[in-house]
Amino acid sequence: MSSSLSQVGLVTTLNLRMLITRWQSAVVTVVGIAGVMVVITGVFSIYEGFRATLEDSGSDTIALILRGGSSDEMQSGLALADTRIAGDAPGVVRSGGSPLISSELFVNVDVPSRATGAPVFVPMRGVGPQAPLLRGHFRWVAGRMLTPGTKEVVVGRAAANQFSGLDLGKEIKLGPDRWTIVGIFSDAQSIAESELWADITVMQGVFQYGTSVQSIRVRLTSPAAFKEFKDRLSTDPRVNFKIETEKEFLSTLSSGLRGIIRGAGFAIAILMGIGAIFAALNTMYAAVAARTREIATLRALGFGAWPVVVSVLVEALVLGFAGAIVGAMIGYLAFNGVQTSTLNMRSFTQVAFSFRVTGELLLWGCAYALALAFVGGVLPAIRAARLPIAGGLREL
Amino acid sequence: MFRFVPLVWANLWRRPLRSIFTLLSIIVAFVLFGLLEALRFGLFAGVEAAGDDRLMVTNRMSIVRDLPGSYLGKVQGLAGVKAVAVQVWFGGWYQDEHNQLQVIAVDPEPFFTVYPDVHVPPAERQAWITDRAGVLVGRRIAADFGWHVGDHIPLQQSIPYKGDSNTWDVTVRGIYNQDAADDTGIFIQYKYLDETRQFGRGRIGWMVPRLDNPADAKEISKRIDALFENSGTETKTAPEKAWAGDFSRQIGNVGAILSFIASAVFFTMLLVAANTMAQAVRERTNEIGVLKTLGFTHAAVTRLVLGEALCLTIAGGLIGLGLAKFLALGLKPGLSRIVPLFDLPQRAVLIGLALTVLLGLLAGALPAARAMRLGVAEALRGA
Repeated sequence: MSSSLSQVGLVTTLNLRMLITRWQSAVVTVVGIAGVMVVITGVFSIYEGFRATLEDSGSDTIALILRGGSSDEMQSGLALADTRIAGDAPGVVRSGGSPLISSELFVNVDVPSRATGAPVFVPMRGVGPQAPLLRGHFRWVAGRMLTPGTKEVVVGRAAANQFSGLDLGKEIKLGPDRWTIVGIFSDAQSIAESELWADITVMQGVFQYGTSVQSIRVRLTSPAAFKEFKDRLSTDPRVNFKIETEKEFLSTLSSGLRGIIRGAGFAIAILMGIGAIFAALNTMYAAVAARTREIATLRALGFGAWPVVVSVLVEALVLGFAGAIVGAMIGYLAFNGVQTSTLNMRSFTQVAFSFRVTGELLLWGCAYALALAFVGGVLPAIRAARLPIAGGLREL
Repeated sequence: MFRFVPLVWANLWRRPLRSIFTLLSIIVAFVLFGLLEALRFGLFAGVEAAGDDRLMVTNRMSIVRDLPGSYLGKVQGLAGVKAVAVQVWFGGWYQDEHNQLQVIAVDPEPFFTVYPDVHVPPAERQAWITDRAGVLVGRRIAADFGWHVGDHIPLQQSIPYKGDSNTWDVTVRGIYNQDAADDTGIFIQYKYLDETRQFGRGRIGWMVPRLDNPADAKEISKRIDALFENSGTETKTAPEKAWAGDFSRQIGNVGAILSFIASAVFFTMLLVAANTMAQAVRERTNEIGVLKTLGFTHAAVTRLVLGEALCLTIAGGLIGLGLAKFLALGLKPGLSRIVPLFDLPQRAVLIGLALTVLLGLLAGALPAARAMRLGVAEALRGA
C-alpha cells in the first residue's frame, strides 16, 4: 500500500517537473480555463452587485405601504389622512409620542447619464425630515439635509457618480424647475443611493400632486411586529392598502432584471465551460501522447496503472487551478467595484449599482474551473493507463 | 485549388479526436455568440417597431405625469397631423404579481389610424370597438396565458374598479399583431377607463400624433411644444424612433458588457484552434518536407494549412449558428415576457459567418507561416 502511494507521488512529481517541456499546449488549458473564470466572475459580479442593491438592502423592520393593487410607488396614490391612520397602527416605533413614519412622493425626471450623455429616467423622491431615519445605514458623504419649503435637493452617492451635473453646490433643472444640490448621502449601497430627494411639499406643488402621496414608510419595533401591523390595517375599512416589508417590496421589484442576469450568467457559464472542457481534453490527450514513451518505460519498470492515471489527473487539476487563479485575479481587477446603472422596467427608473466580486463567487468559480479541468483529464487519463507497454516503448 | 480538398480532408482525420474536440469547442463558441446576439437584439430591438411618421408627446416634467385631455384637440388641429392617438398607462397584473402586464388605454378610432401596422381581423376589430369593456390583446401575450377571443380575464389594478375592488373584469375581443413588435401589449378602451375611474378623469397619459409626411417630424415637434409653452403643463415631443432609441439606451452598457463577453469567448477559442493547428503542423513537419520535395510550392502548402483551419472554423461556425438559431426559437416562448424579442437576427448570422472565416485565417496564420518557411532538407530531417 505504502509502496503504491509512493509510486503515485513519484510519478506525479516527475510529471509535474516535465510539464515545463510541454508548456505551449499547457498554456492553452490555463488560458481556456482562465477565460471561463473571467467571464463567470464578470457576469456574476453584476448579479451580486444588483442583488446587494435591490434585495439585501431591504429591511424587514420597515413596512412599505402603497395603494391596494399597486405594484410600485409610481402607480400608487394615497391620501393625507392615510399617514395618520398608518402611524396609529400597532407595532410602530415612536419617539417622543410621534410615530417614526415618512410619507413620500416618487417621480422620475430626465437627467443625462454620465456614460452616454443621453437623458435617463432618474428617481426623484419627495421626503420629509424623518426620511433618513427610515433608511438602514443613512450617512452624509458631504453637505447637509435639505431645508423644508425650499427648492433644495440632496442626492444619493451612486446617483452623483452615474448621472451628470449632480455635484454639491450646483444648480440643476429637474422637471420644470431649477434646484440646488446641498448634500450627498450614502446608504450602504442601497437603492436609495440612486435617488434624488427634495422636500415633499415643494414637490407636490411643482409636480402637481395636490396633497396626495405615493408611499408611506414606517419603522416597526421588530420583524415580528409586522404581522399585527399588517393585519390591523388590512381590516381597517377606512383604507385600501397594500402592505409589504421593504425587503419583500424590493425583492419583487427587481425580480425581472435579476432573472435575466442570472439566466444569462448560468447559460454563459455552462456553454463556456463545455468549450473549455474540449480545450482541456485536447491538451491532455496531447500531453499523454507526448508522454507515451515515458509512461511505457515506467510501466515496464513495474509502476502500476494508477500512478499514471493520478499523474494525468493531477496535471489537469494543476493547470485548471492555475487558470482559475489567473482568471480570478483578472476578473477581480476588471470587475470589482465597477459602477453602472440600468433601467429597472418594473419601477421605470434607473438603478445605480456596483459590480461585486465576492469571496463566495470566487470560490464557486474556482470549484467550477477545477471540475472542468478534472472532466477534461479523465478520458486522457484512462487512455494513459491503457497504453500498450511494448508499443509505447517502440514509439518515436 | 480544389484538387487539394481530399488532402485537407485526410489531414483533418489524421487525429480524429483532436479535430472533433476543436470542432466542438468552435461550435460552442458560436452557439454562445448567437445567443448573446439574440439577447442583445431582444433588449435593443424596440427601435425597429417605431414608425417614422409618429411622434411621442409626453409631459415635460416627467414621463409619468399626465396631460390635460384638451391637448388632444389642439394637436389634432395642427396642419400636417393626420390623427392623434390618446394613451394612458394602465399596467396591472394577472393572477400573480410577477405577471406584470403592459396594459394601455386607447381610443380605437384614432388608434387604428395612427398604428396602421397593428393588424386585427376585421370582425374582431369591430367587436372590440363595440364592446367598451373589451380588450385587444397581443398575439404573444394571448399565447402565453392561453387567452382566446371571448375569454373573461380579471386584471389586478391599483385603480379602483366600480367602488373598491381592484379587479377589472374585461373580455378579450380581439388578438392583434404588430409589424416588428413584441405583441405583448393589451389595449383597453380609454372611454371605459375614464368613466370608471374616480381620480384623474379627463386626463391623458401621453399622445401619439401621426403625421402626413415623416419629413415634417422635427418641425411639427417644435410646433407642438410651442403650443403649450408657459402653460401649467408643458410638453416634450420627439419622433417615436428617437424616443424609442433613447429609451433602449437607458439599459446602459449592457450591450458593451455582452460584446466584452463575446470577445473573451472568441479570444479563448481562437487560442484553442490556433494551438490545434500549430500542433498539427508541428507533427507533420516530415510530411510537409515530402510534399515540398514532390514539387508542392510554398504557397500550395500554406493553402493546405489554411484550408484545414478554415474547414474547422467554418464547419463549427455553421453548426454553431444553426444550433443558436434553433435554441433561440426554443427559448423564445419561455423568455417572452422578459425579453420578448429574443431572436437571432439576420445581421448577426452574417457577422457570425464573417467571423468564422476570420477565425480560421487567424488560427491558421502562424502554423501556415511556419509551414511555408520550412526548408525541404530541414523538414525531412526534423521529427
